[in-house]
Order: sequence, then structure tokens, then C-alpha cells
Amino acid sequence: MTAPQVIARVVGCGVPVRGNDIDTDRIIPARYLREITFESLGPHAFEDDRQSQDGAHPMDDPRFSEASVLVVNRNFGCGSSREHAPQALYRRGIRSIVGESFGEIFFGNCTAIGLLCVTLPSDQVEAVQTLVEEDSTVVLTVDLETLRVETSGTASYSASIPEGVRGSFLTGRWDALGQLLENADAVRATSRKLPYLTGFMVND
Amino acid sequence: MAGTLLDTVWDMHTVRVLPNGQTQLFIGMHLVHEVTSPQAFQMLAERDLSVRYPERTFATVDHIIPTNDRARPYADRMAEQMLVAIEQNVRENDLPFFHLGTGRQGIVHVIGPELGLTQPGMTIACGDSHTSTHGAFGAVAFGVGTSQVRDILATQCLAVAKPKVRRIEVNGRLSAGVYAKDVILHIIGALGVQAGVGFAYEYGGDVVESMSMEERMTICNMSIEGGARVGYVNPDATTFRYIQGREYVPKDGAFNHAMEWWRSVASRSDATYDDRVMIDGDAIAPMVTWGINPGQVVAVDGFIPSPNDFQGASRLAVEEALAHMQFAPGRGIAGIPIDVAFIGSCTNGRLSDLREAARVAEHGRVPPGVHALVVPGSQRVRNEAEAEGIDDIFRAAGFEWRDAGCSMCLAMNPDKLQGSQVCASSSNRNFKGRQGSPTGRTLLMSPAMVAAAALAGEVTDVRQATSV
Repeated sequence: MTAPQVIARVVGCGVPVRGNDIDTDRIIPARYLREITFESLGPHAFEDDRQSQDGAHPMDDPRFSEASVLVVNRNFGCGSSREHAPQALYRRGIRSIVGESFGEIFFGNCTAIGLLCVTLPSDQVEAVQTLVEEDSTVVLTVDLETLRVETSGTASYSASIPEGVRGSFLTGRWDALGQLLENADAVRATSRKLPYLTGFMVND
Repeated sequence: MAGTLLDTVWDMHTVRVLPNGQTQLFIGMHLVHEVTSPQAFQMLAERDLSVRYPERTFATVDHIIPTNDRARPYADRMAEQMLVAIEQNVRENDLPFFHLGTGRQGIVHVIGPELGLTQPGMTIACGDSHTSTHGAFGAVAFGVGTSQVRDILATQCLAVAKPKVRRIEVNGRLSAGVYAKDVILHIIGALGVQAGVGFAYEYGGDVVESMSMEERMTICNMSIEGGARVGYVNPDATTFRYIQGREYVPKDGAFNHAMEWWRSVASRSDATYDDRVMIDGDAIAPMVTWGINPGQVVAVDGFIPSPNDFQGASRLAVEEALAHMQFAPGRGIAGIPIDVAFIGSCTNGRLSDLREAARVAEHGRVPPGVHALVVPGSQRVRNEAEAEGIDDIFRAAGFEWRDAGCSMCLAMNPDKLQGSQVCASSSNRNFKGRQGSPTGRTLLMSPAMVAAAALAGEVTDVRQATSV
């Protein structure tokens, strides 16, 4: 089993991708789900959106090429459960996403691969987006210990994340498999109480 | 909150509460398909783990397989590679596999219920967001990512947070020509595409209670389009009638014991909910989406909104949608010309869907310039439809009749839109690029409405197209 990897903060430049309800088909189109590994997904993140904007998409802007914090709006990552979406972003260098809210399956998939998502109120998200658009060298710090998003000393916002998920990152247990493997006996005991696994003949 | 089906099923499947507050939840049935599983099996191998409960994972192929020429090896080299991968993974791990040769292949959310694998009171997971479909049976069913597919394979468990429950009650009576698809599109239009985040949706009320299982599946299927990962209907006599006699369902005395237990998991009449929403079923019309998410929807006799009617982010969303769809603000949705008509998917690819569409299709013929295809949800649906002569009706009307798969719902196989084609589609997502062309345009509607659009060559009110 891999050793726990604590993720207490992500520090890096930001890249703003504006818009509500950006779905996972847009983050990674289905034609890239045809590979049997995740390895080559990075260059294809937001591919169709980037092409339709003809180089004007923030992901194509050289100012943001080293960014590791993606700043998004409401319901980012809604739709398909494809883990390919966070995998593509991660391979593109994204280590944290700051947004107003996230699609639920996407959020869980990010957590499972150690990609830290936190939320801010919409006006604060937009302020961070504007700040980064005006000065791409601004360094963002997503800090789970203080639960704040800081912007190189100029502003600091109180961020939100479900307390349990925060704990998972701070203890390095965001990959749940280790914990799930710990108690096989309790799993078996639970399964033995389920009528549909005992042929419905044992009635309690 | 207490006394809901979600509470009861959740508690029964809780192994323990993890230190971070999430539940270690036992997953009673796990479904896998070819696209989101190969990496999970690879992760297992890398950690030297095996499948813990191989008898609780069932596999099929649906996402990438072709729906016309199925001779192996497939012309699509990557589809062939994916098929080889799942064949190897199920063989090495000794998993039940409903492959093409079994006659039981199909979209994973169609075959689970069909085979009787899907039953009330279960927890069900699959690497696909439309797993909520199985909630129609009173199961707690939800989509997961590939790392979680790995977790289930290795432990039969997931680390998940318990959702809140919103009861959505649809009362009254649906008019002729109004289907389950219209009900769920209406709900998503009313509540929005994000309202369900953090919630399970419990659907009830006269309209839902009088629905068939296939109609309930359509409703639960699109819960995720409203943001809710889980959607369910309490099990009742309709549920038990559907289940009885199917392949994986207990027989005789065991069936009676099962029914007793299934009844016991339904939400109690005094259950408390985190939220309640009332919907007037009489007011629901056939619905059509005009934009780039399923909440951007109007009645077929309605009008495409104008950005001027909105402010801020909502205005931007309408502008973005209209820029993609190339529709003039304020125009009626009816009369918009279509290029492609697609009937199928886990939302609307079942026998009753094909029957309703065929009732419309038999009144006309697809005009030149419109490409219409029908893709049954499973081999069994296809066979049953053929036994009723439904394939002949579609062929005579100018529709292609295909083999079972996901096809143009997500366009991972060769079934794709070209350029900026407009598709009347019975599927679940009108996202940009969803049907295989980055500039393609999708109009979601019921299968009967798709058939009507196919014959007219434009969006048409099915209530006027034929005496439904």
C-alpha cells in the first residue's frame, strides 16, 4: 500500500476558466475515453472549448501555462462520472480547484486522486478570477489548515470544504482504499445481514 | 431526517463510520462496462489486490461497441482493444460477463433491471453517472469514478457521505402525449441543474406511483442531470410485478420473503425529509431542450428565451447557449429543423419507449436529408421489439434499426453528429460536443417526440402529429 501523502496546501499561479455548469464532457470529450489508460489525457483538457475559442481559451494562454490552481464558477464538473476529467486536469498540472460549487461525482473523483477542491462565495471567486486575469504572476495559496485562499498578500478569503474531506487531505488519507481494506471482518458481517445476500431465507 | 428508504438502506449497508465522518458503505451490486473499468483493474494489479466479492460484480459492454457491424476484430482498433481488455479482466477475475454472445448484452442500466439483478433495498454502484436509473426499484444507486470502481472491486465498499433527501411529489394526471421524459425534464427545468447536489431525490405522488417501471427508470435516470447523484422511487406492487420471474430473482417462498423485506425498506408514511417539492402533473407539456444543459428546456409550444430577460451569470449562460445552438432568441422551439433523430440510450431505449415511438413512426416517413436511427437498449429489447414487428415499422418509415449499445448518446463509437447538425434525441445530455461533434446541437425530448420530429423534419408537437 502506498504511504499516506499529506496535502495541507497548494501554492501556485492560477488559471481562470469562467462559466457556470461546465460539464465533464467539456473538460474531456468522450473520444479521449477510448484509451485504456489515463496517461495521455493532459494535452486534451478542454480541447473542444479551446479549439472553438481559437487560442483565446485561458488554458492556451502562455501566461497561465505554469498555473496549478484552476479558478472556476458554479457547478463545475457536472454530468458524466468520468474520472478522466480530473485525471486530465491533474496531468495538465492542476493541483487545486477553487470554485463556487462542484458536481458531486467530479468532486469525489478529484478527492480520490489528491486534487484539492475548495469553494468560495461567487463574488469572491470572481474577484480571484479577475485578479489572476490582470496579473498572472499572482501566487494563490489554498491552505487547508487555515481554511483560506490567499492571493500573494493582497487578499485572503475564508474557504469551505466538507470537514471529512479536509481531514482526509490533512491526514494523507484522501485515497480511501487503505481504510476500506482495513476491516474485512466487519465488511463480511455487514454482508451477512443483508437478506438479498442470504437468499432471503434468514428472516430477522 | 429519518424513516426514508435512503435512511433505512444506508444504515443496513453501513460497515462503519470512517474517521473523516464518511460512511464505509457496503455495495450490494457492482456493474462494470468496458470504458471506466480497465484503469481500475490495472490499479488493482499494481497494488497486488484481487476482486474481493467476484459474485457481486457483473460486466457488460455498451459504451464503445459498434451498433452496426459487429464482426470481430472491430474496424475501430481502439474499440477492439477495449473489448480485449474487459474480456481479459473478467476472465482473470472470474466475473459474470454479459457479452455479445450471451443474448443478454446491453446498456448496463437496461440489463440490470431486465435480468432481475436490480432489486429494492440494494446499494448499487457503477462507473457511470446514470446508475441512478436503478433507483426506480427502491435501490440506492449511484455513479462513481474509476478509483472508486477500484475500491469496490478490492473491498466491495465505498467511502461516501450520506446525502440529504428531497421528496419530489408529482400529483395530478399526465395528458396524452406527455411522458416520463417530459416529467423529468420539467422537474430539472423547474429546479435547475445544480439543485440536487448533496441530495438524493425521492420521487412520489400520483403520477409517479401510477407509472410503469420503465417510466420510473426514465425519471430516476436523469436525477444526475438535476445534480442529484441518487434518485429513487419507493418499491410497490408495480415493482414486484416487474421483478417476479426474472433470471436473478428469488423464486417461490424466497420471493415472498423478499417481498416482505422489500416492502419494509420503503419510506414510512411519517418519514421526514430535508426538503419537499410539489409539481403539478396536469401542467406538464411535451418538453424540448433549447440550450446546452438539460435545465435549458421549454414546453414544445414555448419560446426560446432572450438574454435580455436575464441578468449576470444567468444572462451569460443564455448567451453562451444561444451562441452554440445558433437559435434566435424569442422564436418558438417548434419548427426548428433537424438533421438527425436518435432513439435509444439508458434513458429511453427500452421496449415501451420503442413502442411509443413506433406508434408515431407508423404514420409517416422520414424525409430525405434526415438521418434517423433506433438503437435498442439491449439485445433483449431488440429481440422483443422484433417479435412485435416494431423493427419493421421503423424500417418502413425510414429509420435505421441497430444493435444494442449507448451509441449516439455519447458518441464513443462511430455513431456521431457531423459538423453543426441538429439532433432530436431521446438521450439525457445536450452538452456541447456530447454527440460527437464539437459544434453538434442536441435537442432532448421523449422518444415519441423524436419520432414526430423525424417524420416532420422539424421539432413538432407530438400531440398534433398523431392521435396519441
